[in-house]
Order: sequence, then structure tokens, then C-alpha cells
Amino acid sequence: MSKVLDRSAAAAPKVRPGRSRALFAVQVVGELVITAGVLALLFVAWYLWWTNVEADAAQATAVKQFVQAHPAPAAPKVAAPSPAAGTAKAGYGPPPVGTAPAHGQAIGVVYVPRLGADYSRPVIQGTSQDVLDTLGLGHYKGTAMPGELGNFVVAGHRQTHGAVLDNIHTLVPGDRIYVQTADGFYTYVFRNEEIVLPDRTDVLQPVPTQPGAKPAQRLMTMTSCNPRFGSQERIIAYSVFDSWQPLNAGPPAAIAKQVAALQGKG
Amino acid sequence: MYAWLFGLLPGPLWVRILLAVLIVAVVLVLLAEFVFPWFAHVINLEDSTVGG
Repeated sequence: MSKVLDRSAAAAPKVRPGRSRALFAVQVVGELVITAGVLALLFVAWYLWWTNVEADAAQATAVKQFVQAHPAPAAPKVAAPSPAAGTAKAGYGPPPVGTAPAHGQAIGVVYVPRLGADYSRPVIQGTSQDVLDTLGLGHYKGTAMPGELGNFVVAGHRQTHGAVLDNIHTLVPGDRIYVQTADGFYTYVFRNEEIVLPDRTDVLQPVPTQPGAKPAQRLMTMTSCNPRFGSQERIIAYSVFDSWQPLNAGPPAAIAKQVAALQGKG
Repeated sequence: MYAWLFGLLPGPLWVRILLAVLIVAVVLVLLAEFVFPWFAHVINLEDSTVGG
């Protein structure tokens, strides 16, 4: 459309060269301003839409790869142990603790039914931009691994780049969070949320906000930006370890369908 | 300005249209791959880590 206008504008003033030069200058300025506007709109579209498309695709691939590399049978090969005397429910003993992989390598997959019936995101070692911007949830180096005594902490984008933890504020105490690793499925129960300033690294402590305290609990903490579309604060979600089961015992019932679908059997 | 730049492109009209489309495509890719990520980092609206 602008090209049509340009032609008529350039063609008309050939009679008076002085005026044509001034017109051309005005035209250049106008076109540059329009270009700046188009660039701004393109940036917004890239930021709010395209980064999600890209990250969602990369993360779905990473989840599939991990789940298929660590298959869990739909029909358990290991019978759940009967409850030990004096305990209320069946258990497989203390959870195994894996070793942290190298930066950028997958630790496992997180399932949060509250965030969507098909919500699954990869957990990758490291919280640098390269991890968080495309790969998924990033595990803070030096914090506990899944199932370990202390604090297993991950970060994820609230908006853009997959919006991994967009709906973190909708978690309700008691919600289950499932972490699948090479060793098994770890079930955490969401406990509470708090909103803090970005410099509060004490939420990463083995006992959050209590530096030096000896951990007696297995916690999982998720951090994301707050408010949505802003980063003035951080929203912190704490969950407490509930139970675990080995891969060959099959996935917990709540995510069984999802895991089967990811393994390509559903 | 764009009309003038279009006039600088060589060849017949269909070649010039093809070239213009190619140049716009290259610019878009450069923007999405380098300029926009850099700018997003500068405005920093999305830091989700603590102490980062």
C-alpha cells in the first residue's frame, strides 16, 4: 500500500526539484517512523507468542525423549510392598537420590495436574538463560536433588519462553506435584506460596529462609517472576515430599494416562 | 525511501519483487534470532530466579 503512495509522491513533484527534495525527506522520516512502529509490534509478537511456540516445541520434545528413555510400565512389574508394621501406608523405603547431571542435561520431568491435564515440563540442570529460555524448568545448582533431604529448587518463566509456571498462583495446598527421574516417581504435596523480593536467595536454603538450619524435610521449591508480565518480585511455591515409587512400579495413578501417552502407548 | 530502495534492485520487476521478499525474510530472521533476544534481556521483564 505504501509503495503505491510512494510512487505517486515521487512522480508528481518532478516539475519542481526543490520541492521534491523536501517531500522526499518528509517521506523518509515518515517511513522510518512507520518502520519503528512495525518493529515494536513485531517484537511484542515475537516475545508474547513466538518464544512460547519455540519453547513449547523444544520442551515437548525433551519430555518425550526423557520419558521414552526411562520407560515406566503401565502394568506394574513390582507389587507395592505391604505397609510396614506401624506405618499407615505402603512405601518403598527411603527415596533414592540421583547425582546432579552436567549443565543443560535433563534431571527429569515434572507433572502438575493442577496446571493442566497434560502439563509436563522437563527439569534441566542450571538456571542460566540458555536453560530457562528454551529447555524448561531449571534446577538451581547446589540445591538438593529430587527425594533428597533439604530443598530441591527449580525456576521457570511465568510468561514468555513457554510460560512454564504461568499458573503457579492457582496451586491449592494439597495439590500433587510429580517428579519423574531416572530412578522413579517422586510425589510432592504443595504446601504454601509466598511473594518475595528478587534478592531473597535464602528461599534456596536446605531449610528455606533459615540459613544454617539442618534439614529434616524433603522439600521442593519453585520460583518464578511476579507479577505476571513483570519481574519486580518473585513468587515462591513450597511443596513437601510425600512418597516415591520406582519406575518399574509404574507411574502414580493420577498421571498414568499422561505418561502412557508420552511413551507412545496411549 | 522504500520506493527508492526498490528502484535500486537490479533485474526485471519479478526479480526485484523476489529479492525484496528475500531481504525482508532475512531481516525478520536476524531480528528474531539476535536483536529481539538481546532486547528482551535488556528490558529484563522475565527473570524468574532469585539472586540472579
